[in-house]
Amino acid sequence: MAVVEACGISKRFGGIVALDDVSIVVEQGEAVGLVGPNGAGKTALFDCLNGVRHCDSGEVRFEGRLINRLPVYERARLGIGRTFQRLELFAGMSPREHLMVAERVHRADGRLWKDLIGRGRARATVARVEELLVELGLEEVADDPIETLSQGHGRLVELGRALVQDPLLLLLDEPASGLDTRETAAFATILLEVRARRTTAMLLVEHDLDLVRRVVERIYVLDFGKLIASGRVDEVLAEPVVRRAYLGDVT
Amino acid sequence: MTQFLSYAIPGLPYGCVFALMAVGLVLTYQTSGVFNLAYGAQAYASALIFYVCVNAGWPSWAAFLVAVVVVAPLLGLAMDRFLYRFIRSAPVLVKLVSALGMLIAIPSALQLIFGNQQRLAPPSLWLPPSSVYFHVAGDAINGTELSTVVVTLAVVLLASLMSHFTQIGLRMRAMAESPRMVQLAGINSELVGIAIWVLSSFLAGLAGVLLAPLFADLQALNFTDLLVAAIAAAALGSLTSLPLAFWGGIGLGVVQELLGGYLPSGSVLSSGLRPALPFAVLIVLLLTLPGLRERWFHDDPLAGCDPPPPPMATTIGGHGLEGFLRAGSWTVLAVFFVSCLTWVPGNWTFTLTQGLAYSIVFLSIVLLTGMSGQISLCQASFAGIGAFTCAQLATHFGVSVLVGIVAGGAVAALVGVVVALPALRLGGLALALATLAFGLLADNVGFQFAWSGNGDTGVSIPRPQIGSLNFTSGKAFFVLAFVALVVCSVVVLAIRKGTTGRELAAMRGSELAAASIGTNLVKLKITVFAVAAALAGVGGALYGSLQGTVSPDDFNSLLSLVFMVVVVTTGVYTVEGAIQAGMAYVILYQVLDYLPSQWRNLFPILFGLGAITYALHPEGVVEWQRRRVIELVVDRRKHREAVG
Ligand SMILES: Nc1ncnc2c1ncn2[C@@H]1O[C@H](COP(=O)(O)OP(=O)(O)OP(=O)(O)O)[C@@H](O)[C@H]1O
Ligand SMILES: [Mg+2]
Repeated sequence: MAVVEACGISKRFGGIVALDDVSIVVEQGEAVGLVGPNGAGKTALFDCLNGVRHCDSGEVRFEGRLINRLPVYERARLGIGRTFQRLELFAGMSPREHLMVAERVHRADGRLWKDLIGRGRARATVARVEELLVELGLEEVADDPIETLSQGHGRLVELGRALVQDPLLLLLDEPASGLDTRETAAFATILLEVRARRTTAMLLVEHDLDLVRRVVERIYVLDFGKLIASGRVDEVLAEPVVRRAYLGDVT
Repeated sequence: MTQFLSYAIPGLPYGCVFALMAVGLVLTYQTSGVFNLAYGAQAYASALIFYVCVNAGWPSWAAFLVAVVVVAPLLGLAMDRFLYRFIRSAPVLVKLVSALGMLIAIPSALQLIFGNQQRLAPPSLWLPPSSVYFHVAGDAINGTELSTVVVTLAVVLLASLMSHFTQIGLRMRAMAESPRMVQLAGINSELVGIAIWVLSSFLAGLAGVLLAPLFADLQALNFTDLLVAAIAAAALGSLTSLPLAFWGGIGLGVVQELLGGYLPSGSVLSSGLRPALPFAVLIVLLLTLPGLRERWFHDDPLAGCDPPPPPMATTIGGHGLEGFLRAGSWTVLAVFFVSCLTWVPGNWTFTLTQGLAYSIVFLSIVLLTGMSGQISLCQASFAGIGAFTCAQLATHFGVSVLVGIVAGGAVAALVGVVVALPALRLGGLALALATLAFGLLADNVGFQFAWSGNGDTGVSIPRPQIGSLNFTSGKAFFVLAFVALVVCSVVVLAIRKGTTGRELAAMRGSELAAASIGTNLVKLKITVFAVAAALAGVGGALYGSLQGTVSPDDFNSLLSLVFMVVVVTTGVYTVEGAIQAGMAYVILYQVLDYLPSQWRNLFPILFGLGAITYALHPEGVVEWQRRRVIELVVDRRKHREAVG
């Protein structure tokens, strides 16, 4: 069964049509790419999928259930995890604390009365969090304040924060932007390992096509809010219409 | 129709003053990105200087020249050059707190210089207030009203002529429309920016001088109300449009008087709703104009995101030092407690008990602002709700005062939920203004009824008594307040350590990310507003019971601003910060009491200026100094190790 199925999504900002009748499907455990030039509407589509914005028309189904009207946090609890194009980190917290708070929200541990009688205290370590920190190679910086870390570490913290909740679908918005070649290669390796170990489906927005090739099987191409191609990575990237959208010429 | 006109026309002078201020606010907000809350203080400064000069026998044109043409622009320019210029891209909380600091410090600084006696019958700028010039629709138009309208029209005409036909005017207009474009066009935008500050400060001064004679005496609080009216008018123009802001101001003044005319006279509603109209309008606008909200969000990409607190002093020096410090603070606490019960004189015990009550109120600011990144400027009103609930229950329903104190917290929490509802949609600056407006509404309307604060008369709250246990004596009440503070501190600490606290910290860092990991922001904000309001309510009720009688004046909106500034100055991130703030607040006040009355103004000045340090030291003065000392110690130790 499809994890997420979006049908005929449209979204406009004033006069700009950011998404025009876009339909995509991601199957269980599948890794799918979403590419397109700047301003194509990739982030807008992510926003509609995880509820940051509501689409003007169209349907979003998650495991067959219509989730169009659900707020962000409910979609997150259903199993949609997300990272952000512009890093959205919690100022003043360490990477470990980022993962801990996500883990506790995931366990739905947030009752005020529990805190008041001292039941909601943080345990010093949580096994899942420690494992994940090691898996992502963050154990060395786990207790540093987030402001002192590099962009690359920031991206990994966002990834870990989403993964600790065991999402069924992971939306990755340009996770390699701001990283140099070495960091990008390392990120790709980590991403492949992450994939190998769990059944999380992924939708990956990325301009670095090498990274896309390494991680995904199938891609969608957006241009000016329209879906212009989809299918196996190499076949799609070879299509003239895609090359034109990307490179602006036909060769 | 005649009746309508006769009600509407007296509103015109107020409208003119609102309009002048609104235009000035929009001008500086558009061009510098700083929402200048100190604008009301600027208006007050000119009005006061004008008053002093005229009373010293100067002709009014000379007084005008000094107060409005020289001092007002200089003051605005000084604020821009020495403060606002450096915080333009700072988080919204920093900008807001700095401006608040100025709003509080400037009037007090002036009163320190010129004395704080009551100033009756402020002089009119131009025509004598007593002579009637003509009648319109049955209204006698006196000199004050006539000169206000004529001067406003003349200034607006002059300004618009200037903005169309002179070069600097054209550039200022361009800058107000799009500062970025002006920079790109290679115009010296610094210079144009300065010109705009001068113009806007001149407008503030003019508005102040024009407004003063419309009231019986010259009071700083009138100018805070004026400021909110101007903000409401500016909001009518979405904070961008000068003409809309101008007409919004005029309209607000007129509608205010119309309300006064048509509402049944003599009731609290008519006497309260009329002055409260701008605040009501502001709240409604903030909630309904989507453009306004968007703008406030997008202009402040960092809105709601605080500067991260630097590491706490205790974490720098390693565990030995941490233990030492902790032992130190326990000792201080114990000594304090025992001293108050033994040798401290009665009046000081009373003062320190006040400090305990204030500390509880300040805990609410730590919870809301320090831990959650929400800005509320109406915590004094919640304290008032707690006190008045307790008073009404105790006097009219015979409820035990202790129960009343708890009930006060509960009712405040309920109101807090209602206030949280806008908070769900607003953030940053918009939330701050909405809560400010709510506080002023409570002052002007809510607390005036006999069943709540009972206006100027106030209400009385007895000291609690349970069975044979009697808290009438100062020392017994001190113990009660102490226990209450400990309980409230434990609550806040438990929230901070628990899941809710982590979620609050996440929300402060990034609302977007917090939601995307499954945090229900709606529930979280309602919870934190309710708990904070409850804390403030309990603190207020305790304070009331200590005083015996309290009136709305003990909890007015200006105090909310002072509270915010005081807590932010001493330390807004920690529970200790709140307690230090509470103690510093009352002790400083008591010490200044020994000096001539004028020197009491030193108090808001110190804290007002202290608030400005927030930009550099968000952790607060106390923590900042403590860290300096510890760093010194640690450095020494390292040095010794290196040498030895
Ligand atoms: N809040 C907004 N208001 C108005 N227009 C917007 C808004 N957000 C996005 N847009 C517009 O919608 C279109 C799609 O934007 P989107 O951010 O989805 O592009 P993208 O594919 O993610 O691009 P990039 O690769 O640069 O991230 C763009 O034309 C953009 O200008
Ligand atoms: Mg994008």
